[in-house]
Parts: sequence; structure tokens; C-alpha cells
Amino acid sequence: MASSKEEAAIAYWKENVRLLITLLIIWFVVSYGLGIILAPALNSIVIAGYPLGFWFAQQGAIYAFIVLIFVYVFKMNALDRKYDVHEE
Amino acid sequence: MDLALTTYLIVGATFVLYIGIAIWAKAGSTGEFYVAGKGVNPIANGMATAADWMSAASFISMAGLIAFLGYDASVYLMGWTGGYVLLALLLAPYLRKFGKFTVPEFIGDRFYSKTARVIAVIALIVASITYVIGQMKGIGVAFSRFLETSYEVGLFIGMAIVFFYAVIGGMKGITYTQIAQYCVMIFAYTIPAVFISLAITGNPLPQLGLGGTVSDGTYLLNKLDNILVDLGFSQYTAMKGSMLNMFFLTMSLMIGTAGLPHVIVRFFTVPRVRDARLSAGWTLIFIAILYTTAPAVGAMSFYNLINTVQPGPIGSEDGNLLYEDVPGWFSRWQETGLLQWEDKNDDGRIQYYDSNNPAFAPTAAEYGWEGNELTVDRDIMVMANPEIAQLPNWVIALTVAGGLAAALSTAAGLLMAISSSISHDLIKGVINPGISEKSELLAARIAMGSAVLVAGYLGLNPPGFAAQVVALAFGLAASSLFPVLMLGIFNRRMNSAGAIAGMLSGLTFTLIYVFTYKGWFFIPGTNTLPDTPEHWFMGIGPQAIGAIGALINVVVATLVSRATAPPPKDIQELVESIRVPRAS
Repeated sequence: MASSKEEAAIAYWKENVRLLITLLIIWFVVSYGLGIILAPALNSIVIAGYPLGFWFAQQGAIYAFIVLIFVYVFKMNALDRKYDVHEE
Repeated sequence: MDLALTTYLIVGATFVLYIGIAIWAKAGSTGEFYVAGKGVNPIANGMATAADWMSAASFISMAGLIAFLGYDASVYLMGWTGGYVLLALLLAPYLRKFGKFTVPEFIGDRFYSKTARVIAVIALIVASITYVIGQMKGIGVAFSRFLETSYEVGLFIGMAIVFFYAVIGGMKGITYTQIAQYCVMIFAYTIPAVFISLAITGNPLPQLGLGGTVSDGTYLLNKLDNILVDLGFSQYTAMKGSMLNMFFLTMSLMIGTAGLPHVIVRFFTVPRVRDARLSAGWTLIFIAILYTTAPAVGAMSFYNLINTVQPGPIGSEDGNLLYEDVPGWFSRWQETGLLQWEDKNDDGRIQYYDSNNPAFAPTAAEYGWEGNELTVDRDIMVMANPEIAQLPNWVIALTVAGGLAAALSTAAGLLMAISSSISHDLIKGVINPGISEKSELLAARIAMGSAVLVAGYLGLNPPGFAAQVVALAFGLAASSLFPVLMLGIFNRRMNSAGAIAGMLSGLTFTLIYVFTYKGWFFIPGTNTLPDTPEHWFMGIGPQAIGAIGALINVVVATLVSRATAPPPKDIQELVESIRVPRAS
């Protein structure tokens, strides 16, 4: 019994870490990737008056950060319930 | 009604509101004093955290920084928001589950070491005091410029207000006043921005207006790029500095943000782990309302400024504004010395261009320009904005109240972190563990009162190095606190020897690098190398070094912990328990 509970805890943590890594890769790509490293190249594309690299650096990355946190909130709530570790 | 009277009324009304909240939210226990009884709604906490986080610098200085740096200022926009992703994913929920009162307390318990706790307290106090000085100066300046009092009187009034609600209400009083302060500052910031966006681009949403078109049908950003190039500057939307430095600076600001104790501790005040996650999301929404508006305010106020001094075609004889025709706000800001004009070519007109660009020198000579004549302090962009856009006096007054709200809310949050680390970590944790709840509450109030006095003293006598130390605040948080907090949660094998070695090596490295360029212990003239990009190691500036310090911390901590005994069983169980939300 104790071992299956332990296994569940390990599986919960693994899924949590996998989710974190996925979200942090997106976090890195929208800010450091599109907002800095690729920004000079992306600036030749202009969408709705914004050079694209500039838009990511001063607007887009911030919006993406918000979305990332809310995705994390919803996924974690679901994960907590799946492994029955959610709070009352 | 004249401006001074309107400002007195609006600022006075906000102060009455803060005091009223303080009386209502008196703290009765240490739990209420340190973490507001862990009963704060996640959305309310998000608002309070946003006010706590956004300082006088965010409110007053950031848009001006963006205006004059253009794209390169993106490091601050991304750096000071992206840190919340790290905080939400890597720290907040776990530290909330741990469920105690302070950040050093977690470090002390997790690494079963009073030494680790004391090192964390020192890093916390240095980082927080640095910040408080800036807030205190902001309060004094806002008062002296708009309320016709002296800097000292303004500072005393600000101190009295903070003293009142922080000492009586502790975290509980601070949280509820911060919610009110958030509302004041966000209205004060967005109202002028909406009017200016509407006037320049016809779009009321500044976030869209920045991509909009100006009166002649061209895109605002495109127009700015072209004007700046015609005046010898680089394009507004182009990268000017080193990409590597931008990368590491953004990283340092993000890690530093996630590691600043006065922000982390705000997530201790919500009822549940899931509320801590959610609250981080709300915090970022509330911050983003200001942070996505700031680029528009920066670009549009800059556009307004250039158009004011350069109403005609660049290079034409009467293209520049005659000094006798300057608008009222121009002369008013000139009186403060923050806006300066010197007629170098004696033509009675104002020329603003890049006189440091050798490639532009022949063109300038052809135009008969003999040097840039206009010097603008970046900080006036936000404060002068309502005047430039000819908005009514109450909007200007609201901007002053907003700047004060930003400074007061951040100062209170920092003072809370400092005083709780003294009363809870040093007095209860190390010096006198047997202290009663009642005595600890008294000690917390005395520590808070003393912290306000020290901050006030430093605000009156700001050390010359105050501005330099700001780089260090983020560097310290990034290189010392964030890595060990994260390792404490994600690496079960991490032990006290590893954490202490990691914190000390990250801290030492960062300090040495900063001192090399900023002067040893910030004594002017003692720097080993000049603080210019060509002398920086691989072009990475002292402000950006915290990320490397953090990496060193992680590597050293991991190596040392592998070479030494694993942490005791009860500590490994503690790590297991903070990883799951439900108490077992």
C-alpha cells in the first residue's frame, strides 16, 4: 500500500516537472528567442504597424507570460485532482 | 481651481483613504502581522503584489527610459514581468505549502542551518534597503515639486503615513492599503495614456495605438524611426546595444525579480497552494496593464516632444521651434532644471539631435547646427505627459498621487520584509527562540518603526552610491536567494553545506564583478576597470552579471552537496511534503 502511494507521488512530481519544462521552453522562446535573438530579423516583418521583433519584446512576451501562468494554474489544478492531492 | 490646490486635495484624499484602511486593518497576532493571517483573496493579493512590485521607478522612470532607449529598454519590460513566470512555476506554490512567515525561515528550516538563515537575512536586508532609499527619494521629490513643500517635509509626511499603517497593521494593513494604492496608480497612469493615444493615433487603447498611424497616415513607429534617423540617432525599434548583454541583463532581472523576498512573501498571505499559483497570474495581469501601456507612453510622449521642438521639416531654416514660442510646460520644467536649453548657434531656435554621432556631423554643419541644445531628464516624461497633452489639472494631480502611491506601496512592502526578518528570523529564530507571541508582535512593531526611521534617514542623506547599488539589489537576489530556494524544492539531495557554499560563491562572484566596475564598496574612483562596454567581460555589464552569479551558485551548490552527506531523513520528508498541495 505504502509503495503504491509512493509511486503515485513520484508520478505526480514527474508530470509536474514535465509541464514546467514545456512551459519554460515557451517562456524562453517568446522572450529570449523572438524578443531578443531573432528580433533584428523579425523586425523586417511589420504586422499592424509593429515591427514583429519589437512587438514581441515590448508587448507580445508579456501577454505570453500571462497565458503561461494561467495554463499552469489550470493544468496543475487538473493534475492535483487526478492524483487526489488537491486541497479542499 | 489652480494646480497646487487640486493636487493638495487629491493627494490629501488618497492619504485619508490609506489611514482609514490602516485603522480598519489592525493586526492582532504575529500571523496577521507577518502574513495577513493567510486570508487574502488571490485576486486581492494579486493587486497588492502588483503595487508592492511597481515602484516609483516603474511609475515615473520606466516610460522615459523606453522613450530614450527605444527597443533596448525592452530588457526592463521583459525582465520585470518574465520573473513572475519563474516565481509562479518554481517557487510560490511550494513556499506557500511550507506555510511559515519569511523567506530566510524557509532557507533556515530546509537547510537545517542557522548560518544559512543568517546569510539569507543579510542578502535580504542589503537588497531591500537599497530599494527603500529610492522610494524615499521618490516621495520627497514628488512632494517638493508638486506640493510646494521642501524635500524634507515631504519625506517626513511620507514616513509618517507609512509608519502609521505599517506599524499598526503589519502585513494586513499593508496589503489592504496596497490594493487602494494599486487602484490610484493604475488610474493615474492609464488615463493620460488613453488621452494621448487618442490624440496622436485616434485609438483609445495605448497598446494598439502604439501600432497605429499618425495624422499623415504613416505608422507611428515607422515615423519615429525615420525622424530619429534624420536627426542622427539610431532607429527607435532597432537593437543598439550588445545582444549578449541584453540577454544576460534580461535574465538577471527575471531571476532577481523571482528572488526578491518582499515579493515572494506576498504569496504566503493567500489561503491555499492553488491560490498562490492563481495569485501569481493575477499579479502579472495587474502589472501588465501598466507595463504594456508604458511603451506607448514612452513612444508617444517622445514623439510629442520631438514634434514640439521640430515642428517643420528637418534641416529647413524655420523647421525648429523659436524659443520665444515654447509652450507653458516647457518653461515650467525648465525652471526645475530637468529640461535645459542652451542656444549654441545663437539662432534663437531649439535644435535636438545626436551630436555624438560623427557620421551625422557634416549634415548638422550643413544645417548650421552647432551641437545638441536640448537636455531632457528621462524622469519628466511621465510627469510632464498630462501637461504636454493639455489635459485638465485634476489629471496632473492624479499623476502626482499615483507616483506617491507607487513609492509608498513599495516602501511599505520592503520595510515589511526587513522588519520581519529582524523580529522573526534574528530575534525569534536565532537570539531568543523562547519569546512569547505577544513579545514577538511588539518586537515586530519596534523593528518596523526602526526600519521606517532608518529608511527616512537614508532618504534624507542618500549615500552617493544609492543609484549604483540598485544594480546590486537584483544581482544579490538573483545570485544568492533564487537558486537556493529553487534547489531546496527541486533537488531533494541538496544539503546545508551545498546551499551555504552556493550562496556564498554566487554572492562573492557578483559582488566582486560589480565592485570591479562600480568601485570597491562603491567608493568612487576605486574601480579596477572603467565601467564602459568595451571593458566589460565579453560585453556583459555589472547590472547583467547576476545571471552568471546564479549559475555559479547552482553549480557550486550541486557539486558540494554531492561530495557531502545527504540531508537528514526529516528534511527529505519536508521536501516531499512541500511538493504536494494537500497536507498529509
